[in-house]
Amino acid sequence: MDSQVTRREVLKKGLIGAAGLTVLPSVIAACSTSSATTAPTAAAATQAPAATPTPNANILTGKLTLGNNHSDASDLKGVNAINDAFKALTTLAVTTNTVDHNTFQDQINNYLGATPDDVFFWFSGYRMRFFADKGLATAIDDTWAKVSSNFTAGFANAVVGNDKKVYGIPVDYYPWCVFYRKTLFADKKYTIPATWDDLITLCKKMQTDGLTPIAFSDKDGWPAMGTFDILNLRMNGYDFHVGLMTGAQKWTDPKVTAVFQKWATLIPFYTHGYAGLTWQQACDTLVRKTAGLFFLGLFMTGEVATVDATASADIDFFPFPFMGNSFDAEQALDAPIDIAMISAKSPNLAADLVNAKAYMEFWAKGSTQLLMYQANNGFIPTASDADTTKFDVLTQKAVQIVSKAQKITQFLDRDTRPDFAGANAMQSFLLNFLNAPTQDLAKLQASIQAFWDALPVYAGN
Amino acid sequence: MSVTVMAGQRTAHNVARRRLSRGALYVFLTVLALIFLWPLLYAAYTSLRPYGEVVANPNGFFSTPATLNLNNYFFVWNGGNYPQFYLNTALITIPAVILTLWISSMVAFTISRFNWGFNMLVLMIFTAGNLLPPQVIIVPLYRLYNLIPVPAPLSDNGLMYDQIIGLILIHTTFQTGFCSFVLSNYMKTLSKELVEAAMIDGAGVFTIYARVIMPLVRPALAALGTLLFVWIYNDFFWSVMLFKSGDKRPITAALNNLQGTFFTDPTVVAAGSLMAAIPTIVLYLILQRYFISGLTLGSAKG
Amino acid sequence: MSELEPQAFAPAPATAGAGAPASAKRRRRHYSLLNRRDKLLLATMVGVPLAIFLVIIWGMTFVSVVLSFTNWDGVNPIAFIGVDNYVQLFTTYQFFWPAVFHNVLWLLFFVAFATPMGILLAVLLDRPLRGSGVYQSIFFTPVVLSLAVVGFIWELQYNALDGFINSAMVGMGWMSPNGTIDFLGDPSINIYAVLVAASWRHIGYIMVLYLAGLKSVDPSLREAAAIDGANERQTFMHVVFPVMAPINVVIIVVTVIESLRAFDIAYIINHGKNGLELLSILITNNALSEAGLIGFGSAIAVVLLVISLVPIVIYLTRVMRSEDQ
Repeated sequence: MDSQVTRREVLKKGLIGAAGLTVLPSVIAACSTSSATTAPTAAAATQAPAATPTPNANILTGKLTLGNNHSDASDLKGVNAINDAFKALTTLAVTTNTVDHNTFQDQINNYLGATPDDVFFWFSGYRMRFFADKGLATAIDDTWAKVSSNFTAGFANAVVGNDKKVYGIPVDYYPWCVFYRKTLFADKKYTIPATWDDLITLCKKMQTDGLTPIAFSDKDGWPAMGTFDILNLRMNGYDFHVGLMTGAQKWTDPKVTAVFQKWATLIPFYTHGYAGLTWQQACDTLVRKTAGLFFLGLFMTGEVATVDATASADIDFFPFPFMGNSFDAEQALDAPIDIAMISAKSPNLAADLVNAKAYMEFWAKGSTQLLMYQANNGFIPTASDADTTKFDVLTQKAVQIVSKAQKITQFLDRDTRPDFAGANAMQSFLLNFLNAPTQDLAKLQASIQAFWDALPVYAGN
Repeated sequence: MSVTVMAGQRTAHNVARRRLSRGALYVFLTVLALIFLWPLLYAAYTSLRPYGEVVANPNGFFSTPATLNLNNYFFVWNGGNYPQFYLNTALITIPAVILTLWISSMVAFTISRFNWGFNMLVLMIFTAGNLLPPQVIIVPLYRLYNLIPVPAPLSDNGLMYDQIIGLILIHTTFQTGFCSFVLSNYMKTLSKELVEAAMIDGAGVFTIYARVIMPLVRPALAALGTLLFVWIYNDFFWSVMLFKSGDKRPITAALNNLQGTFFTDPTVVAAGSLMAAIPTIVLYLILQRYFISGLTLGSAKG
Repeated sequence: MSELEPQAFAPAPATAGAGAPASAKRRRRHYSLLNRRDKLLLATMVGVPLAIFLVIIWGMTFVSVVLSFTNWDGVNPIAFIGVDNYVQLFTTYQFFWPAVFHNVLWLLFFVAFATPMGILLAVLLDRPLRGSGVYQSIFFTPVVLSLAVVGFIWELQYNALDGFINSAMVGMGWMSPNGTIDFLGDPSINIYAVLVAASWRHIGYIMVLYLAGLKSVDPSLREAAAIDGANERQTFMHVVFPVMAPINVVIIVVTVIESLRAFDIAYIINHGKNGLELLSILITNNALSEAGLIGFGSAIAVVLLVISLVPIVIYLTRVMRSEDQ
């Protein structure tokens, strides 16, 4: 405990100093004339009418609760750093409730429907709209109006609900790419595969070299979804993929069969026993150079740094190979956007709403998001004013790949309804396929479609 | 019953056979005991190994160690928020055990010493409820916990949900079923004259409960208390379902949180799991006889 | 309101029935040893806990049953949809029958292996044996561990990549690193891996329960059997086992209930999918997960309730009968 407090104190001190150098968000600036060089008080804020363009500026006292799903050690450090920076600029008491990432997701329905925190982290796209439609989120159009100029259209679209209101602030994103170790590729004289055929050739070569060609894991159920997404995007294009996720297309479509058949050719190259491994374990095999390739989100760099910091500089990635069809031009990929949202049923919301919006505004700043990025460089800032010179080589490359993409998807479990994506649902179906890729695919697809058809009607589809 | 060997007809052959079978029995029990201990011993051994060394070894975990140290334990203790989780466990477990024993002793006293006409029904309601799988009631209970208002010192969000008090309530309720049953059986075996004499002396019901019966059931309370402590300590389901705040959870539920995020490698998993297990193992080693008699009380009267 | 009556006193015929049309037995009234305050106190002592228990346990059970006929998602208004959830559960829902199968398998495995193993150990350790106490302590140790801890400890053994069993096999040269057994991920065997871990804990539990029962068997019965010339196996089968009837019921009930409650280990390993589907986990995955299918999850809970009531009723009948004696 002591060590934690100390660490936090140290962080806080460091951040107060650092925050003084960065541009302050308008609402924060409004309530504290003295910037961050001295700890501002509410009294100080009210005594500074010259700097109060918003009428509510003097309300930034009191409380704010935050539901945090950034539970990994490095990510939590980032959230703490940001909260400390925020607290240093206000007199708010920010309570952070950190829950394991997967548990948070499991409990989201109950959490939002019962006594959620004021602000919580969640996912953009369909997954955000689903809960907004249920009335479990508070629209933040007024906050968005102040910060929207700091986001590109792609990010802006990702936070709009079915009712055309804005429900979140994009705080970070991370593309899904194929990772590898540069030194391994140099030693074995491997080249980056640009096409599907190149990939298969490379995998075969790796196999003869005694490597596991592709590090893969699916104990958690969701990593396999990434592969389904990219194959479907590459083979059938963005429109079909989105249609499939939202129910406009059928899972019995022969195009889906083709995806599974293509996927089946990759399975022999996977880590042995992948269904019993976590993605962290698969990642370790890449770090240890027993596996050659690893398809995952950029956040995996956090795990690499934890396991072997010296390997971090040796990690590189490339976009998933192309199929040589008309959809190559889309250069589509999964690049999930994490967002901050305001709940609807927080017991303190009435009192905390202004604080919550100020906090959201704080997260819309590039300087804030950089703090998260510095804790885990897998979380790329979404704000346009983020200082890109602070980005490492890998991130700059990731930004480039994403900006070149004509179409971006979120991830299977964020692009479709949550009751379809869970453990006893799509996760199971994909594992079922992986376990027996030569099975009667039509039957499997029919049972997936039957599962979809049996779900309660949801108007937002 | 076919009787072939007459008693006392012990031949040398028989003695030899008996020795042999006794030897075989020891071998069997010893092998089995080693198998039983193995997962724990291996976890202990793994927890002492530096992961870097294991990874560097081509045989991985199947290797002799160059170094053994307690670093994984320090890592878990300092970084895994363990002191907080132990405290949470204590805050849930200790009050729940005391409350359960207190409440169930009153219930047992009332239904074992006085005939209400529906004593049996009360016992059945408690016992049957105690046997239900918790998953049967979790969904409405979750909702109920979000409706019950609880004032400030006991709850920091005004509700029963996500509160230590909520966990204490469900544990106490669930376990009261079992303990009332056991204690009422125990009390029935106590001498009836004691109560009789006390009543004739004009003692009130409470005096009889507190001064006459309670001192006599102390052994049963000690045994049940030990058992309850371990059961509640080991609970996983209620605390995973009824807490949203990661840092309020007790140690066993916290393990689920640590998995995959903080538990970066098997040596840390081993250290982290063992640290969660150590309190109950130590308690068991010290209070072994209470354990056994606790379970005995619960079953012998079935 | 029934009369309070210390059992210490013999039945005394009642004089004034206070208009209660109860049977003669019920109208027994006891002197004035219990005053109004005492009665009130006693009523509170049993009434308050009973009321709380009824609301929290049986009340919630009832609500589960009601919810199972709705399509509630936890947010929108509750709408009753009849037995639709059950129809879907029994006909189209792909994970229900595998879960039932795994629960049944769990029960069979316990009945055929873990429980008899516990009984066997109890019988063996019941004899005068040097070190019997040490063996008992060892076999009982897993019982004091949380099932969550049991899950983690066994994952260290099972992991396909660096678990002990596979590492040892590879290290001994009996297996190639790519031929390891995927104890946790292979859906045709992972349930057995989980069952072994669960048995590790169950065996010691049964052993202690049974040992307690054996200790309470009147030694003169065995002596009589020995004098009659019965060997140990015969004595156990024909003399000890029958008088152990009450404990046998307890063992059966414990075995069945534990099989129905099975949750923690499978949940720790992979949240109950890919070969580890269990009814208890299906309930939480549907009703207490992001899916929010509360009505549907409640229907599964009701199925589990109905199945659980079988051993519970058997047990209670047994208790009642022994109480009557």
